[in-house]
Amino acid sequence: MSDAVNHSRRSFLEKTAAVGAITIAPGIMLHQVASAKPDDQPVTDAVRWGMLINTNKCEDGCTDCVDACNAEHGLVGNNRPETDTQYIRKVTLREKQTGHELSLPLMCQHCETAPCVDVCPTGASFKRKDGIALVDKHICIGCRYCMMACPFKARSFVHEQVRNQTLSAPRGKGTVESCTMCVHRVDKAQVPACVEACTQGEHHAFIFGDLNDPNSEISQELAKHGGKQIRADLKLNTGVRYQGI
Amino acid sequence: MIKRFLPNTFIVAALAMLFPFAGTADVPLPVINEPEGEDVECVEPEDDMTRNHMNYILHQRDETMHRGIRTSRHSFAECIDCHVQPDEQGNIASIDSNEHFCRTCHEYSAVTIDCFDCHADRPQEFIEREKPADHPPVSLQQQVHQLLSATEPTAGDSK
Repeated sequence: MSDAVNHSRRSFLEKTAAVGAITIAPGIMLHQVASAKPDDQPVTDAVRWGMLINTNKCEDGCTDCVDACNAEHGLVGNNRPETDTQYIRKVTLREKQTGHELSLPLMCQHCETAPCVDVCPTGASFKRKDGIALVDKHICIGCRYCMMACPFKARSFVHEQVRNQTLSAPRGKGTVESCTMCVHRVDKAQVPACVEACTQGEHHAFIFGDLNDPNSEISQELAKHGGKQIRADLKLNTGVRYQGI
Repeated sequence: MIKRFLPNTFIVAALAMLFPFAGTADVPLPVINEPEGEDVECVEPEDDMTRNHMNYILHQRDETMHRGIRTSRHSFAECIDCHVQPDEQGNIASIDSNEHFCRTCHEYSAVTIDCFDCHADRPQEFIEREKPADHPPVSLQQQVHQLLSATEPTAGDSK
């Protein structure tokens, strides 16, 4: 690949950045995240995508994020809850002493040092440079080691033949899958489906953004109010953080 | 060695005399529908694509999956969008039909493809998708909630 500077592309990027600034000014940036990556450029470790979930804003019984995720990835149930694929689960926690209940969405935490990647015998479980943990189903042999290694029970195995998949979410029998942080949307500078649904539903429990950029909304919020990792004791440096737990 | 080889040769020769056209008559030639439109050209020359399409999409597969490169030139989705289109009656072939653009050749050449175990076999607008809302995946926790609420005594039962 050539490293020579492509001047027409550079000027295009400058113009795009200028348009972006105008759009940002009124403060309406629902579907766009700041940096749009050109299609022909690889992802880099300059960004690390992450999510911050405020459990105080997450309503018990609301499944907007889960429904949006199911629709985005064409996840259809076979009425077998033990094995049906789930990318996001709504989990209710109850503190015994006070009876305080809280509800939170739990999905792949996109760990920096991901146990699923460590144990994968074929290299199918991998981390993209921008911090998104994925399964390359082309080389997944369905051994399910990653499912056992994941402390968050985030992965599912496809037990049955799948037909009529969505274009952006290929999935098939015999492979393991999990939340992709809507990588196909992120590459188009859109936010993940769950984040969009939560925002559209006026809950605003999710913030999606670049953890490496100190000026991003997610980093600012984390700096201001903090955010916890689930099972922080495992030192996985998760990309998904929670407030209110 | 020759002794073992000879009887087989005789059998093959005898069969060939009995069924002189067996090889050609049994396997229908693939039916290839050209993409419509005057200026439509494939992303690479046709003979190159016939021989090397698998290498192009394999390369693109790894680039997209691992590096996030999403150019459309050798994208599998673009192949499908252009090559799998409805016929004059408006019928579109799924991968289950041997009229599907990919399957018709692969069946002829006896090469199994597993792309469509995971990937969509038709452009998205032609897929009648079962709505996830109709059959959402149910979590164990949800099922337990449902079972508990179903077994709770109602007001009418408590008398």
